[in-house]
Amino acid sequence: MIESIAQQPILAALIAMVGLGVLFGALLGYAAEKFKVEGDPIVEQIDELLPQTQCGQCGFPGCKPYAESIASGDAINKCPPGGQSTINAIANLLDVPAPELDAEHGEEADLRTVAYIREDECIGCTKCIQACPVDAILGAAKLMHTVIAGECTGCDLCVEPCPVDCIDMLPLTEGLKQWHWPAPQNQLDIIASDRSGHEAPSNEGRAA
Amino acid sequence: MAFKQITSPHAHAAQNTSKVMQLVLWATVPGLAALTIQFGWGSLINVVLAVVTAVACEAAILKLRKRPVAFYLQDYSAVVTAVLLGLALPPLAAWWVVVVGSMFSIIIAKQLYGGLGYNPFNPAMVGYVVLLISFPIQMTTWITPLSLLPDGVSHPGIIESLGIVFSGYSPADGVTGATPLDVFKHSSGLVVDQIYESNPLFSQAAFAGVGWEWVNLGFLAGGIVLLATRIFTWHGPVAMLAAIAMMSLLFWDGGSSESPGSPLMHLFSGASMMGAFFILTDPVSSAVSNRGRLIYGALIGVLVYIIRAWGNYPDAVAFAVLIANFAAPFIDNYTLPRTYGHTDRRRATEKEED
Amino acid sequence: MRSTWVTPGGVHPPENKHQSLTMPIGSLPIPEKLLVPLSQHIGAPAKACVKVGAKVLKGQKIAEATGAVSVPMHAPTSGTVTAIEDRPIAHSSGMSAPCIEITSDGKDTWIDHKGVADFEHASPQALTKTIADAGIAGMGGAGFPSAIKLSPGHRRPINTLIINATECEPYITADDSAIRERAAEIITGIGILSHILGNPVNILIGIEDNKPEAIAALEPHVADTGISVVSFPTKYPSGGEKQLIYILTGKELPSGQLPADAGMVCINIGTTYAIKRAVVNGEPLISRVTTMTGNACGINRNYETLIGTPVSHMLAHSEFNEHACSRLVMGGPMMGFSLTSAEVPIVKTTNCILAPSYSEIPDDEPAQACIRCGMCAEACPASLLPQQLFWYSQAEDHDRLEAHNLFDCIECGACSYVCPSNIPLVQYYRHSKGEILKAREEKVKSDHARERFEFHQQRMEQAEKDKEAKRAARREAAEKAKATVAANAGTAKEGTGPAPGSAADIIAAAQARAAAKQVSPEEQQAKFERSIAGAEMRVQMATDKLVETNAKQTEDQKNILNAALEGAKQKLEQAQARLAEHVKKHSEQVK
Repeated sequence: MIESIAQQPILAALIAMVGLGVLFGALLGYAAEKFKVEGDPIVEQIDELLPQTQCGQCGFPGCKPYAESIASGDAINKCPPGGQSTINAIANLLDVPAPELDAEHGEEADLRTVAYIREDECIGCTKCIQACPVDAILGAAKLMHTVIAGECTGCDLCVEPCPVDCIDMLPLTEGLKQWHWPAPQNQLDIIASDRSGHEAPSNEGRAA
Repeated sequence: MAFKQITSPHAHAAQNTSKVMQLVLWATVPGLAALTIQFGWGSLINVVLAVVTAVACEAAILKLRKRPVAFYLQDYSAVVTAVLLGLALPPLAAWWVVVVGSMFSIIIAKQLYGGLGYNPFNPAMVGYVVLLISFPIQMTTWITPLSLLPDGVSHPGIIESLGIVFSGYSPADGVTGATPLDVFKHSSGLVVDQIYESNPLFSQAAFAGVGWEWVNLGFLAGGIVLLATRIFTWHGPVAMLAAIAMMSLLFWDGGSSESPGSPLMHLFSGASMMGAFFILTDPVSSAVSNRGRLIYGALIGVLVYIIRAWGNYPDAVAFAVLIANFAAPFIDNYTLPRTYGHTDRRRATEKEED
Repeated sequence: MRSTWVTPGGVHPPENKHQSLTMPIGSLPIPEKLLVPLSQHIGAPAKACVKVGAKVLKGQKIAEATGAVSVPMHAPTSGTVTAIEDRPIAHSSGMSAPCIEITSDGKDTWIDHKGVADFEHASPQALTKTIADAGIAGMGGAGFPSAIKLSPGHRRPINTLIINATECEPYITADDSAIRERAAEIITGIGILSHILGNPVNILIGIEDNKPEAIAALEPHVADTGISVVSFPTKYPSGGEKQLIYILTGKELPSGQLPADAGMVCINIGTTYAIKRAVVNGEPLISRVTTMTGNACGINRNYETLIGTPVSHMLAHSEFNEHACSRLVMGGPMMGFSLTSAEVPIVKTTNCILAPSYSEIPDDEPAQACIRCGMCAEACPASLLPQQLFWYSQAEDHDRLEAHNLFDCIECGACSYVCPSNIPLVQYYRHSKGEILKAREEKVKSDHARERFEFHQQRMEQAEKDKEAKRAARREAAEKAKATVAANAGTAKEGTGPAPGSAADIIAAAQARAAAKQVSPEEQQAKFERSIAGAEMRVQMATDKLVETNAKQTEDQKNILNAALEGAKQKLEQAQARLAEHVKKHSEQVK
């Protein structure tokens, strides 16, 4: 039997190929069962990186929908609250080059903000309560509303619906507790960069 | 009253990078002196030529990259690279060999990667390997040691040497010859004792090979000075030399015709000592932890021996170092030191401990 | 001689301690205004308990501790409270924080105070309370409230009391001079600590061998007390708590644990003196020994300094030459921080004011490239790889930083000290630590926001569904009513009913509309059941949340959740009651 196969190179090749095919097929099938991944982890992973302000500046009703959209190929630079660091993190996760923030969707803010209702001006219309994506506004019809500052994500979705413009977005100031050392500045630019904005450093002023 | 906001620590040791580099330069002096005594003015000319080229290239590239030229030239790193390359090249090599090697080291292997501190490979060895592959004849023509010169022939004087280097004429007959490692490479069929008897490189040697033993002793002396001044730790050099000694002891087989040579011959021939103390101790391209440097050094030692014994090239420090440079990040990943208060060492990629 | 262990790494910077040891501990005139910051320690800031304009006596409590980890503040001299407001304080950031300003009346009148001389007969709890009330926080640097270290409730019994007299930083001699002059009182203080901790087996005073006078001063007092004075070779940073524990006991404190977890308590020797004064003399912590040194000052010596003394007052009495001064440092040259203003006050942790000249500590040179020479790794007392941490800090690679144990860095500065390229390594680490902590905090916040958003979405969906269900029910009822009307009309036509358009027709239509509006009993019952189901779900969710939260959250949050659970339960009960009523009514109607 073996001899006859050996004498027929085409048959031998065929058997070998089929045999290998079956073997690897079984292996892949086994692996697919054994190492099965539940759910769609990439959406979860992207959602983890998004800032969860739920502001909708990306054009989606919340961070999760945007994460889903990114997973199916949308641009990753539509999130102004996350800014460049979020873009970098997602780019790193998806292994794609990190673009700059798409200015169409807004600009990256330097400071986090929190909504504040000037309470004596509030007429109790509940419009802001309905707009809040994280239920951070407390109040009832015809009664004064107030923002639970700790729950506010600073999305400013409540500002627009207010008929009397009594909501301010206040910047969160940095206190002693939040302060930490900035990165050292007195560095000569060691990594070469020919991008504009990178002025050639000089020795003058460095010593100061 | 207003005062400056400055981060601690406020006190600093007097050491700085320029001083470290200058000390390394001084430490090459014994080796350079031995080379000059044994093989004539060629090495000195190499060194000077390489340094001039390297500094010029470094300045030009820094200018192109819009960096403060004077500030970076002061770190002497280009000079060190050039001196090491000059020492590694055969004496009386044509000027363009030296210039091409030095340019390649500085421009391609160093500055294109971002300058000092960012080069993944040892610049001097990149330059050397490029030359060795591109110009094999020029790179394997060594000078005969002083004491083995035929009667009436001497090493060319300094003027004559300059003439040879810049005109491209070959040195006079009898001035060029094989190195001990060449001899072993090309003497298949002879047992070690026969080689030792027949070849004056060995028969007239004190313990390893005429001329070369002194050069290696020179570099060893310089290296010990650097060790004593704590410019680098002992781990890399000792591991490399120990690995060479172990390998040559293991495969010596009593000096048969297959034997690649004795441990003493391997330790004191070619670029062994210079490699151990001046090349693999380049911190930028080596492994970072002490354990990592042990492995890194041992890897180089083993590779040097393997290429010498069974490869195509008589000496192999440059290749071994470059291969180990590739492996350095990998070694680093597995050789983090155990931090105070931790029971286990981590891997560099592990966020959580087991 | 006890054996000692040798830590890895370390450096030997010039000691420069002799300058400030030529004279004994001196005292300064009382400054006109003293500024007592409300936060001089680790933990919650104290809360002012005096009003502006109030007269205070020396040693009077002016601020209360708030919460468990906090200490009170006391008036350092008698006078008037002239301000309670934000002022620049001694902090690396140069920022302001709440302070109490006291204008001295120059009389320095003590408040009535009394100590307990025979502390051996006092209960440890009472002594700990005395120490807490005296406002004593670790005087070696960090300022951790001492009473907490001594409080019972340790997971393990304390078998080792370590007194840190290392003072390994150059220039500082506050502890050294205090030991020389006050050895007896210090030993009494240690005795108090030992009594509180239940007489631990080992009581070790760790001291570097560069203080032979201090060791000699301690020796006669420790005889027959069970206290050992252990001297070991001078090396920076032997005085770090973790390092000292290893040097004295050969044990490493596991990462992230406190000495108490390993059955040890580590107290600075200056603090033991303050404890003695608090317990035996009844004096709160209102002054400390501070070294005034550096070549920019004509007088280098130690002063018994009132807490709240402005640094400028100290400098003014030390022949300070501002133009010669390269920087002003609070603390030592290795770990001290630079002050941007000399108006900041001395606090409980200030062991040294260093005013060096340019030749002593010149301006920093610009940093060169890192050549990974590894000198920093050789110097690191925690066996880290500072050069790798530096790379990853530059690259902001937080995962790698944590893998390289960034948080085990004690910021001692040995790496920056030896760095030949003058790289401000410690600042890189501090920056990265801050960034990582911030990122962690933000992660918690964003997770919370996500949860709330998802809950919000779910709630909206549920509301939408409910509305839809109501609409469907209404439509159905209307159709039914229509059918009834049609049927009625049919019978009417067949019989002798009124003509179409007659009054009866209109009444029938109105009845039908009313019937349509009034939901049938079955439907009403279904509605009640739905609301019960909803209420049950809410109770379930609230319970789940409470169980999950119990493990990790604070009391407040628990209370809120408990309230929510109660509310949900009440709603459920109401719904059930309404259903029962309805069923009863309906069955009666049927009957």
